[in-house]
Amino acid sequence: MSKMQAMMGWIDARFPMTKMWKEHLSEYYAPKNFNFWYFFGSLALLVLVLQIVTGIFLTMNYKPDAELAFASVEYIMRDVEWGWLIRYLHSTGASAFFVVVYLHMFRGLMYGSYKKPRELIWIFGMLIYLALMAEAFMGYLLPWGQMSYWGAQVIISLFGTIPFGIGEPVAEWIRGDFVIADATLNRFFAFHVIAVPLILLMLVVAHIIALHEVGSNNPDGVDIKKNKDANGIPKDGIPFHPYYSVKDIVGVIVFLIFFSMVLFFVPDLWGWFLEKDNFVPADPLKTPEHIVPLWYFTPFYAILRAVPPMLNSQFPGVLAMGMAIVFLFLVPWLDRSPVRSIRYRGGIYKFALAVFVVSFLVLGWLGTQPAGGIYLTLSQIFSILYFGFFILMPWYTMIDKTKPVPERVTDK
Amino acid sequence: MKKIIFTLICFVMPGITLAAGGHSCGKIDCYKAKTDLSNKASLQRGAKLFVNYCMGCHSTKFMSYQRMATDLGLSEDQVLKNLMFKDGKIGDYMTTVKPAGMNPPDLSLVGRSRGKDWLYTYMKTFYVDESRPMGVNNLTFSDVGMPHPMWELEGMKQAVFKKDDQGQMMFDKFETLSEGTLSAAKFDQAVLDLVNYLDYTGEPAKLVRYSLGVKVILFLIILLIPAYLMKKAFWEDVH
Repeated sequence: MSKMQAMMGWIDARFPMTKMWKEHLSEYYAPKNFNFWYFFGSLALLVLVLQIVTGIFLTMNYKPDAELAFASVEYIMRDVEWGWLIRYLHSTGASAFFVVVYLHMFRGLMYGSYKKPRELIWIFGMLIYLALMAEAFMGYLLPWGQMSYWGAQVIISLFGTIPFGIGEPVAEWIRGDFVIADATLNRFFAFHVIAVPLILLMLVVAHIIALHEVGSNNPDGVDIKKNKDANGIPKDGIPFHPYYSVKDIVGVIVFLIFFSMVLFFVPDLWGWFLEKDNFVPADPLKTPEHIVPLWYFTPFYAILRAVPPMLNSQFPGVLAMGMAIVFLFLVPWLDRSPVRSIRYRGGIYKFALAVFVVSFLVLGWLGTQPAGGIYLTLSQIFSILYFGFFILMPWYTMIDKTKPVPERVTDK
Repeated sequence: MKKIIFTLICFVMPGITLAAGGHSCGKIDCYKAKTDLSNKASLQRGAKLFVNYCMGCHSTKFMSYQRMATDLGLSEDQVLKNLMFKDGKIGDYMTTVKPAGMNPPDLSLVGRSRGKDWLYTYMKTFYVDESRPMGVNNLTFSDVGMPHPMWELEGMKQAVFKKDDQGQMMFDKFETLSEGTLSAAKFDQAVLDLVNYLDYTGEPAKLVRYSLGVKVILFLIILLIPAYLMKKAFWEDVH
C-alpha cells in the first residue's frame, strides 16, 4: 500500500472523502448526450467562485462609508496594484453571472428539466436567482455613484407602494433612513459581503445535492435510470469525472475567452455593464434625467412601468413585477406536457417558448428606454405575452401534439 | 421563424432607438474625437494644456502627479518644474484651490461620465453670447457657467441659428469674430490632445489593459488546443 493510499485510508476512516468523491464525481453517472447548453451550470459555479475571490480582495480596500466609498473605488482603480483588474473582474463577473444563469434557466425550459422529479432543483435554482438579484442590487449601491444612489432610491421606493400604511415604514426600515444614506450603504455592504453570499452558497449546495439525488436530465428528456446494466450503472450514463470534468474545462476556456474580450476591451460594455452616470459621485440633490437599472433587471423594470397606476398607487406595477418572478417558480406545475424535452414537443410549445424569449429580450431593451409613447405600448404588449406564456401554459401544453420519446438517448 | 424574430431584434430595434433620440451633444450631434492613447507626445501636450488652462479651477483629485509622470513617460523633475504650480511632493494628488463662491466639478472621471466625443465637441462649441455672465455660451452644454478657457488660442466665434421645417431654432454654422493665436487646425489638435489626456485621466488602466488583454486571450486560445485534445482523447470510448 502506497503512502498516498494509506493517507486516504486514514482520512476515510474519519471523514467520507472517497465516498463523497465517488458519489458526486467519479461515480456520478450523467447522461452522455449533454450538449452546448449544459456548460452553463458549471460556468455559473465558476463565476460564483470568481465573484467571491475578487470580492474578498475588493473588500481589502473598499470603504463602506458615504463620504469615502466613491473615492475608495477610484483608489482601487488607480492606486491599488492590479486593483483595476480585480474590480473589472468583479463588475464584469456580475453581468456574466446573469448571462450564464439566464442561459442555464433557458436550458431548463427547453428540456423540461424542472419536471418531476426535479421540481425542487428548479425551486432551489429560482431561490438562487432571487438571492443573486438581491446580491447584485446591493452590490451596485456600493460604488456610490449617481446610478447606485438613484437606482437604489427607485427600487426601495417600490416597497413604499405597498398599501394599508405598511409601505412607507417598510421602505424606511430597509433604508435605515428617510432617504438612501450612509446607514443604507453600511447595511447593504453587510448583506452584500456576508449575508447573501452565505445564503447563495447554501442554496447552491442544496441545488447540487438535489440534482445528484435524482440525476441530471438531458436534451432528450429520457430517464437514463430506467435502463441500467448488470452493475446497476445507467447504460446511457458516463461518470461525471473524468468525462464531464475534461469537457467542462474546454467550456471554461471558451467562456474565459469571451469574458476576457469584455473585461479587457470594453469593461463597461458601452454602458450595459457599467453606466456612464455611475462615474459621477452620488448626489442626493441632483436626480439624473434617466434612471436605468442594469440590464439584468430591465425586463422586470419594463413590466413595472407597463402597468398604469391605479387608485393613485404604483402598487399594481410592483405586484406585476413580483408576479413575473413568482410565475417562474410555478413552471413545474403549470407544465402539463407528458414529455420533457422540446425535441418531442409539438409546435405550440416551441412557438410559446420563442415568444417568451423574445418578450424577455424586448422587455429588457424597453426597460432601458424612457417610459412613454410607443415604448409604453410596446412594454404593455410584451408584458402580456410574457405573462401569457405562464398563464396559458397548462392549456397549451395539454393540447400540444407530442412525439414519442425514445427509450435511450439519441446521439445529437 | 426564430431567425426572422432575431433579425428584427438585431436590426430594427436600434433603428427605433436612433430615430427616437434627439442630438447626442446638446444642440448638435457629437463630433468624433479621433484621439490615440498610445500617442505619448499627445498625452504630454494634453497634460500641459490641462494644468495651464483647466487646473486654475478644476482638480483631478484621484490622479497623482507621480502616476501621471510614470504613465506619460515624464521624469519627476520635469513634472515638478513644468506641470506643478504649487509647492508639493511628486506623490501629491492633482488638487486645486477652488475659486471663491464657485464649485467647478472635479474632472478625474469626466472622460468616463461624459465620454471623449462629448468633451471634444464641448471644447469646440463655445460661442459669444452677451446675455451670459461669462459672455459665452456653449452648444453642447447650454448656459454653461464657465468661460471659454482656451479662447485666446481659438479666438472668438458666434453661432448662427436658423429655423428648421418645424419652426425650431437649429444651429446652422459658426462665424469667426476674432482670430486666436492658433490656426484652426492647430487648435483642433490642441483640443484633441486635451481630450486624449482627460480620457487617460478617466481610466489610467486603459494604457495597459488592451495589451494585457491580447496576451491573456492568446494564452487562452493556445490553452484551448491541449484542453480540446484531452477532451477528445477521454471521450474516444463513449459511443
